[in-house]
Amino acid sequence: MSTLNRIQAPEFHAVKHVDLKKSDDLALSNGMPLYMVNAGTQEVMKLEFIFSGGMRNAQLPIIATAVNDMLDEGTKSRSAIDIAEELDFYGAFIETEVTHDQASFTLWTLNKYLEPSFEIVNDIIRNAAFPDKEFSIYRNNRKQKYVVDTDKVSVLARRRFAELLFGDDHAYGKRTHLSDFDKLTTSELNAFHKQYYHAGNGCILASGNLPANLYEVLNKHFGGNDWKGDMNGDIVIAPAVSNAEREHLVKKEGAMQSALRVGRVLFNREHADFPAMQVLNCALGGYFGSRLMANIREDKGYTYGIGSGLSSMYGDGYFYISTEVGVDVTNAALKEVYFEIEKLQQDLIPDGELELVRNYMTGVFLRSTDGPFAIADRRRALIGYDLDYNYYDRYLETIQTISASSLRDLAQKYLKKEDLIELVAGDRK
Amino acid sequence: MIKYDRFKLGNGLTVIVHNDEATPLACVNILYDVGARDEDENRTGFAHLFEHLMFGGSINIPSYDEPLQRVGGENNAFTTNDITNYYLTLPAANLETAMWLESDRMLSLAFSEKSLEVQRNVVIEEFKQRYLNQPYGDVWLLIRPLTYKVHPYRWATIGKEISHIENATMEDVKAFFKKFYCPSNAIMVVSGPVKTDEVKQLAEKWFGTIPAGVKHNRALPVEPKQEEYRSETVYREVPYDGVYLNFHMCARDDAEYPAMDLISDILSRGNSARLYNALVKDQEIFSEINAFVMGDHDKGTFVVSGKVTEEFSTEHAEEAVFAELQKLCEEKVGERELQKVKNKVESSLQFAEMGILDKSMNLAFYELMGDANKINTELSEYLAVTAEDIQSVAKEVFRKTNCSVLHYKRKK
Repeated sequence: MSTLNRIQAPEFHAVKHVDLKKSDDLALSNGMPLYMVNAGTQEVMKLEFIFSGGMRNAQLPIIATAVNDMLDEGTKSRSAIDIAEELDFYGAFIETEVTHDQASFTLWTLNKYLEPSFEIVNDIIRNAAFPDKEFSIYRNNRKQKYVVDTDKVSVLARRRFAELLFGDDHAYGKRTHLSDFDKLTTSELNAFHKQYYHAGNGCILASGNLPANLYEVLNKHFGGNDWKGDMNGDIVIAPAVSNAEREHLVKKEGAMQSALRVGRVLFNREHADFPAMQVLNCALGGYFGSRLMANIREDKGYTYGIGSGLSSMYGDGYFYISTEVGVDVTNAALKEVYFEIEKLQQDLIPDGELELVRNYMTGVFLRSTDGPFAIADRRRALIGYDLDYNYYDRYLETIQTISASSLRDLAQKYLKKEDLIELVAGDRK
Repeated sequence: MIKYDRFKLGNGLTVIVHNDEATPLACVNILYDVGARDEDENRTGFAHLFEHLMFGGSINIPSYDEPLQRVGGENNAFTTNDITNYYLTLPAANLETAMWLESDRMLSLAFSEKSLEVQRNVVIEEFKQRYLNQPYGDVWLLIRPLTYKVHPYRWATIGKEISHIENATMEDVKAFFKKFYCPSNAIMVVSGPVKTDEVKQLAEKWFGTIPAGVKHNRALPVEPKQEEYRSETVYREVPYDGVYLNFHMCARDDAEYPAMDLISDILSRGNSARLYNALVKDQEIFSEINAFVMGDHDKGTFVVSGKVTEEFSTEHAEEAVFAELQKLCEEKVGERELQKVKNKVESSLQFAEMGILDKSMNLAFYELMGDANKINTELSEYLAVTAEDIQSVAKEVFRKTNCSVLHYKRKK
């Protein structure tokens, strides 16, 4: 019997192809787009409403957030507690989310309680009433949370960084200030809700083990013409006006750690270089074995974690590096950040590392198509962009074929130090 | 119903296989029966530091992460007061890579000085990031020693203090590995589009020759029954006051556990829950409030924590919480309210059974508790809980003399 060779890695099979199930694209009687992903074995489903009405659409970003947060705080016929009691009783879960571009409302429900939960959701989305008492409690508690968050260096960095990248008044740069909470009124919430939350300004994404009569049921609740306004969420985004200074500090006395952000305005998912930049980003700071992690965490021990990423919005996008490090090693960590970027600009990524990144990213993509909700999220990522499923073919193709020299060119073109804004929240010593 | 096969290797390693043909991924979850409760009180934080070292290379393989990422895999781990759990997912065709990597670090680590030095620093930064440089971050460092006097739950998994991590030596690391990281102290779950025969063959090949080691005998001091109300007040640079109530309760596998878990749902799960409606919305004493069971394997605790609004003192807030808890002791929970929290438990379970990672972790967890099949039977224990059961455990637990309270006040 031969002894086991534990040094030699077993043979492996690189994944080349990923079967991504496409959605069935339909429309309700009132024209509202409906994307259906029928997959999975559990008798459950997820129903997501996506409206083109995010923070960029609101005069104060907090208006968009408050409308979204308060949808389930009472309708014309149900109190907040009625809504909560009913949904909890059916074992349903809801979640709301607001981004720069979108507002979404998600229901997870057991198929056996689909009809009663749809009825409540219909009431919530269409008839949200923003009652005064609920509003006043909401505002006070949000304000309190805002103040608590202000003690966190990571939050200070996040708030300031968007302003630096896009400009204080820009749709993607404006942020919430403490004084904004007192400016909020329920009439603004009602107006925002009326303008953006309707069939003409959004779509529905249904996924799970979908019942055969789902279309009819959805059409009954959400397909009426009484729920249709103009498509008005899509607005033109002005060019970013990044801050002219490169280095910035938000000082926090007594901080033990500094939160660091380094980045720049770049482009969104529609840009031809986006998939290739994702490969470059992955090598730099996009996974546990990335260069930034290997150097700054695993070699120097400066941080618990460091990462980089590309953010995509409808009208623009940005690249960022983000970490929290000991105050005493703030400058040392920044030095290593630029060192790693320069290395990508000067040297080709070695074959072995590039192969690893290709396989790793393909694995991540495979994972992101596992299960009905994940499959639906792939459809979701295309909504609002001038993209279709071919995007994923291009993405996989790029991951597998992009050359080391193209990646070096991208690093030289897009990651020039003079273009990168640097922010420290905490202190630098 | 989750089906699985279970077998044990000659060296004592328990292996569970769950077949799921709906996914292209395989999952390997290895649970080691060691947590912060197994630490020496002068070397706390060690189980968690050790978890970091498990990624610093093993005896034959210099890097754990690199070969896994090369085949499209991803992994992580966590440490609690009770267990240390390692998990990964990867394209199913590459399952053997996972077995190769996991078996080598069960066989022996590389014990590199450099890795120890770096991970000490990483963990110290984690300590700062999560516990010290965060508003309210040190709450658990304070309330644990108030609640426990002898049981090792009196320290958090991150450790009592940074110096314990700074002082960790290579001898400590080696001794800890020898004592806890052996096949007889581990449970491995493999799931995905895999067949039991195939997993058996791979497990024998890669894990079968690892020496069994000696299964350690856990003999932890038993926390004496608390007989007096305890409270502590601290002042910190935070914008709002917080109040934290910690009650002793049963262990995770005791018969009363489902009733206690349902009580936490009645009090704090979803927007229809009692504490939120009474204390946040009606009385506006709290801006946020939560109640939860810690789920500890030994006799553990039930926690109520909240942030108090400007107008009220933490003392008043504490009384208001007790008044709500008192209702559970005095009046039986209504039928619909009890049904509601049961429905929610049942529904959560349906959603949790959709992914192989959740299923794998739970199988390992229930196997450690005595029987993996509890993953299929535990729901019936929840559904069998009566209003009388709820009232009876509430009376037992929600007594002042069973409670430790932390008043976390802002510096004026």
